[in-house]
Amino acid sequence: MQDIRNQTMTDTALKAEKISVYYGSTLAVKDVFLDIPRNQIVAFIGPSGCGKSTVLRCFNRMNDLIPSARVDGNILFDGENIKRFDPVELRRRVGMVFQKPNPFPKSIYENIAFGARINGYQGDMDELVERSLKGAALWDEVKDKLKESGLGLSGGQQQRLCIARAIAIEPEVILMDEPCSALDPISTLKVEELMHDLKMQYTIVIVTHNMQQASRVSDKTAFFNAQATEAGGKMGYLVEYDETQVIFSNPREEYTRDYVSGRFG
Amino acid sequence: MTAELPLNDIAPGTWKPNRGRSETIQLIIKIICGAFATISILTTIGIIGTLIFEAFSFFGNLPSELSKDSEQVSYMQGVIHFLTAGRWTPLFASKQFGIFVLISATLMITFISILVALPLGLLAAICLSEYASPKIRKVLKPVLEILAGVPTVVYGYFALLTVTPFLKTFFPVEGFNSLSAGIVLGIMITPMVASLSEDAIYSVPQSLRDGAYALGGTKRETVWSVVLPAALSGIVSSLILATSRAIGETMIVTLAAGANPTLGFNPFVPVMTMTAYIVQVTKGDAPHGTIAYQTLYAVGITLFLITLALNIFSFWFVRRFRQKYD
Ligand SMILES: Nc1ncnc2c1ncn2[C@@H]1O[C@H](COP(=O)(O)OP(=O)(O)O)[C@@H](O)[C@H]1O
Ligand SMILES: [Mg+2]
Repeated sequence: MQDIRNQTMTDTALKAEKISVYYGSTLAVKDVFLDIPRNQIVAFIGPSGCGKSTVLRCFNRMNDLIPSARVDGNILFDGENIKRFDPVELRRRVGMVFQKPNPFPKSIYENIAFGARINGYQGDMDELVERSLKGAALWDEVKDKLKESGLGLSGGQQQRLCIARAIAIEPEVILMDEPCSALDPISTLKVEELMHDLKMQYTIVIVTHNMQQASRVSDKTAFFNAQATEAGGKMGYLVEYDETQVIFSNPREEYTRDYVSGRFG
Repeated sequence: MTAELPLNDIAPGTWKPNRGRSETIQLIIKIICGAFATISILTTIGIIGTLIFEAFSFFGNLPSELSKDSEQVSYMQGVIHFLTAGRWTPLFASKQFGIFVLISATLMITFISILVALPLGLLAAICLSEYASPKIRKVLKPVLEILAGVPTVVYGYFALLTVTPFLKTFFPVEGFNSLSAGIVLGIMITPMVASLSEDAIYSVPQSLRDGAYALGGTKRETVWSVVLPAALSGIVSSLILATSRAIGETMIVTLAAGANPTLGFNPFVPVMTMTAYIVQVTKGDAPHGTIAYQTLYAVGITLFLITLALNIFSFWFVRRFRQKYD
């Protein structure tokens, strides 16, 4: 019995069951069903405004911080409904990296120590900072200037600092919302390589508008689209979710085929 | 053969820009703006020039005032007397000019006012920007700014007639004292600290808050460890501005702190600040041309230099510590 439970726990990290999100009275995303397998990379693709970020923010309850937002449906994390979690505890276990690098206006060292400290880390802080920066492939570039401000780094370095900051508190899942959209191609490549390494330890969900990136880094891909509503707005929905290779070579839906071949979006 | 394109086919007379007239208007506007800019610059130069000139003649006359029959006093000794003497009595027969007597009163009252305004103003700013709903913020923010417009003479009477009697029930304060003046001055500058700090806190980008929450930060941790440090330069500069304002404030201290030049930092006794002294002399106790009259400028330039130094410090601090978020 215990074995079976553990089995399911290791298979699925996050499970979205009929998620709909409203901003005020507007329905932004409708009826999303999605299983995020453990230790895999799942990519969200789709035209902008179709609700990729909105769905991503459901997984760590960041939508709670937007006063007008309301989430219907259930999300299970390790088999347990996230509504039953303290959002603070949930966010420690489900980390997030944002579209625009947002290091704190503190030293590089403090950027990483902050999260550890507020979560009651008892171990050796120097060691944790070094390990996290190495994990984010940033250590060699900053090891001599840990006391300098994180804002002094280049955009690509800042984003890797944010990844280091996220992995420092040892989450189980990392959500990334277009983490490379503000980066140059070389920094993008570094972050992509990093994701491959991180996969061993973490489950990753990445939103990207770059289809090559999705096909390069992910195991599974979810394609979102938006349809016009009677009210004149747009409503996002999940069109198709499958192995990345299937989505890019032999999708079921016409829309997906058109999108991945660059015919719209 | 290609046909000539009919580019110049527009009927003559359709477009006739009046370039000549617009250039004349441009010139007139330039002259008017230049004149106003010159006037304001000249006025400033004039004021500072007068201050410096009269202050110089004060220090020029100081030695002869201090000299007794037996010993001559040099200019240098005059300046040293000004900076170190323990009494301020330019209107008495035996004249002494220890400016620090007035400075100590100004500093003590300013210090008390900051002790009041810093916690009150900062807490109000934090509550408004981080905890109040947008609706409440929309109402309270203008109220704060209106509060900053209450005439200072009202605050002065409030200090003298309400706060001092109240303080008397706890402390051995006299009728005029710096504690009451300092507290009320603090209340007066609180809206300024609150409003400017609130601007600074509010302008910390949401992305920083999101970053802290996403790491498992509580609201308290996010506000105190991320938002406030990020707004620090704005908060400090609001505080410095308020300090400048407190140092230059006249009405409250004249009404509530008294007119008794006393050296020291006892908040319960009457004192005289630099501004209160300027009021006293300007009201006509000293005839034009006398040394007592010239002290006005010596005190004035001291006041000016102190606030100038504060403003320069604030300018430097903000440029040094401001975070640039694009
Ligand atoms: N904070 C918000 N308040 C109101 N509407 C929002 C907010 N965030 C997103 N939306 C709306 O929800 C829809 C989906 O947005 P988003 O999730 O950002 O799409 P994507 O990330 O796919 O570009 C858009 O129509 C957007 O205007
Ligand atoms: Mg987005």
